[in-house]
Amino acid sequence: MEAEDLGLPPKGGMDLPEDGVDPPEQKISPGCTETGEDELIVALDKQVELSAAQNNGPLSVADGKVDVQEELSEAREESSEKDLSDSASTDNTLEDSCEFSRPLVMGGGPSEEEEVAAQPRPATHRDEDVTAESWRAHRKHVFVLSEAGKPIYSRYGNEEALSSTMGVMMALVSFIQSGDNSIRSIYSDDRKLVFVQQGPLVLVSVSSTLQSEQQLRQELLYVYDQIISMLTQASITRIFERKKNYDLRRLLTGSEKILDRLLNLVESDPCFLLGAVRCLPLQPPLRDSLGSLLQKAITPNLVFSILVARSQLVTTVQEKTVIDDCRLEPTDLHLLLNLIGATSAFQTGEIWTPICLPRFNPDCYFYAYISYLDADCTVCLILLSTDKESFYSVSDCKKRIEEGMRTQNYLQALSSGLKSPSYSVGMVGAPDLRHFIYKPLDIPDNYRQLPQFTSPELEGPYCSESERHRLFDLYHYLHSRIHSTLRPLRLIYHVAEKETLLAWVTSKFELYTCFSPLVTKAGAINILTKLLRWIKKEEDRLFIRYPPKYSTTPNPGKGSKGVRTDGAENGFFGGL
Amino acid sequence: MAQRTGWTEQASSCRDASCPKGSSHIFKVVLLGSSSVGKTSLAYRYVKKDFQDSLPTVGCSFFNQCVTLDAATIKLEIWDTAGQEKYHSVCHLYYRGANAALLVYDITKKESLEKAKVWLSELEKEFLQDEIIIILVGNKLDLSEEREVTVQEAKEFAKTKCILHMETSAKSDVQVTELFMTLACELLKRKEEQLQATHWKKSRINLQETTSHRAKCCQI
Repeated sequence: MEAEDLGLPPKGGMDLPEDGVDPPEQKISPGCTETGEDELIVALDKQVELSAAQNNGPLSVADGKVDVQEELSEAREESSEKDLSDSASTDNTLEDSCEFSRPLVMGGGPSEEEEVAAQPRPATHRDEDVTAESWRAHRKHVFVLSEAGKPIYSRYGNEEALSSTMGVMMALVSFIQSGDNSIRSIYSDDRKLVFVQQGPLVLVSVSSTLQSEQQLRQELLYVYDQIISMLTQASITRIFERKKNYDLRRLLTGSEKILDRLLNLVESDPCFLLGAVRCLPLQPPLRDSLGSLLQKAITPNLVFSILVARSQLVTTVQEKTVIDDCRLEPTDLHLLLNLIGATSAFQTGEIWTPICLPRFNPDCYFYAYISYLDADCTVCLILLSTDKESFYSVSDCKKRIEEGMRTQNYLQALSSGLKSPSYSVGMVGAPDLRHFIYKPLDIPDNYRQLPQFTSPELEGPYCSESERHRLFDLYHYLHSRIHSTLRPLRLIYHVAEKETLLAWVTSKFELYTCFSPLVTKAGAINILTKLLRWIKKEEDRLFIRYPPKYSTTPNPGKGSKGVRTDGAENGFFGGL
Repeated sequence: MAQRTGWTEQASSCRDASCPKGSSHIFKVVLLGSSSVGKTSLAYRYVKKDFQDSLPTVGCSFFNQCVTLDAATIKLEIWDTAGQEKYHSVCHLYYRGANAALLVYDITKKESLEKAKVWLSELEKEFLQDEIIIILVGNKLDLSEEREVTVQEAKEFAKTKCILHMETSAKSDVQVTELFMTLACELLKRKEEQLQATHWKKSRINLQETTSHRAKCCQI
């Protein structure tokens, strides 16, 4: 089935400012239906590499303006319709499955206004009436079902009530499977339906957001991984091997909230989109001291020590032998933090629970020790051990860390930083800059560290939930254009209805910026320069540049500091 | 039994600062029961003297609480387990070596009592009767209008199994402290009985010893 209509994105939001030069992509794009994807990407890459080489780093700011402008015109946006028709060609669904699409297309296509009206949802989604129009109008539905078509999870409404809908979904999946193929997506007027099959589970997303198929697929994989983090892949496989029509809800009761929370976060927190961790901005000496405190409080079989404050990473320490072959993946950390966030917490309690880190090893459990260090439950210590019997010794590590933090007054230093919001975009000193997301990519090879990103608090017009959604929709859209498998872009200058956005990827960083709508292109570039300079100045505070390990070397703290001064050059600012 | 002493020794090494040093007895108490019957709320009410709507527990939460009785100060290590079925396979990790178990059910949900019975039979497999003190706890007394499990029914069941029974409300703070105090008293009583038993054993005449002594005598 081909996409019926590619009218997305709706409304004038994606209109282009002006159209001067013919963008080079457009010249290539006619060929894109004939030539393979790979070739195209190579061609594009070459082009970009070339220009990067000329510029000696994309933003050698001294004479940067001209260069940036060149790149800007190169990456000029073109008609969004065209773009979407390209991406739709990845849809490899079969033509004769058309008849199945009817029951699946949610509603007669409620208008945008209706959807916005439906935003304030009832407190308990489980009790929602699945036949009501408001249910159909949700921005994004997510369903999880077993291969036997048994409902496992629905984001809205009771799964039980949706068993026939899910039955149809399964019928679709297995019908296409019988033709030795697999269904990936269905495009309707205003919805994208994305299917992911992982082992015995089928995950379906029905979305009216601007997100790309790829992004929706990624989200479904997060949902799958979150389920795995609670049950492990091995046990799910085993369960369904033994009993094909097993009702997995038995094992997931009480966990719906964890998945609900995940899906809300995925839509509003860039960490999932970027696959990177948000660090708590902190003076490097304090972060180093906290790191060495964690380093000292160890016990056999302890693998990771993680200190977070309000879901932002303070510091993490890993066992040295582990870092050699593996590392803590951002996804694993996000899923772990989501799980903790969806659990009752109070300070005196210490949690000891089996947990699987799906990207680290989907079949095995770690034992997580989780404890809050302050009365407000903002500073949280997570210790991951491989030994299920080690509760008391791990708990003892926490006591040592707590003691160390008390004597050095670290906790106070930490929580004083937490009282103020993360940081304001105003600190950059560029009034037209409303928000940005910056992910450094220049990670030294010998430090296989967590990908990180930084982003200021959302302020100004993005205070309400619907405005935040709108902004993240735009970010998602830019991200999908940048990371499109068909035609990846390096730079997008995008004028939306209420703001102007610019996304830019180089070998050193990935950056998304949001400006006030009246900013000029030259103005935006000026701000960008300013922003990059500010980040460069603050990077030691914003990021964990060199994470500590449980080290055998006698003085790891000093060692890493020594490296810092050498390695501090951020690369992209080398020319300054 | 070896396992149990292992746990206890370790526990004493990381004694909570809030507990006076004199607390000589440490008891491990485990809260078991199906999900959302109020295990965490009971623990929260007892430890924090407060009530909050809690989210499901993951794995197990651990608390220390000291109880001062006339005779002694004892420390309760409370293991508040998750009621969700997915954690059942690891629950033995939490209840192993326990000195007491609170089997919590929701008086407004009949099936939660059935689940408590299942837990009981599991504990019976793991423990001998005098190894563990078990209290069947009917929670949510504040919702007694919606009651599905009568006091009599639960009491009778408890009687047949020789376990204690109590009804509580974590929300309106009914009988919660009493529950843990009863438990503490029982634990202490049991401990003293055990001590006496060993004492009694020692004071008995050991025939073998005397025989050997006599044998020595004869040799002279």
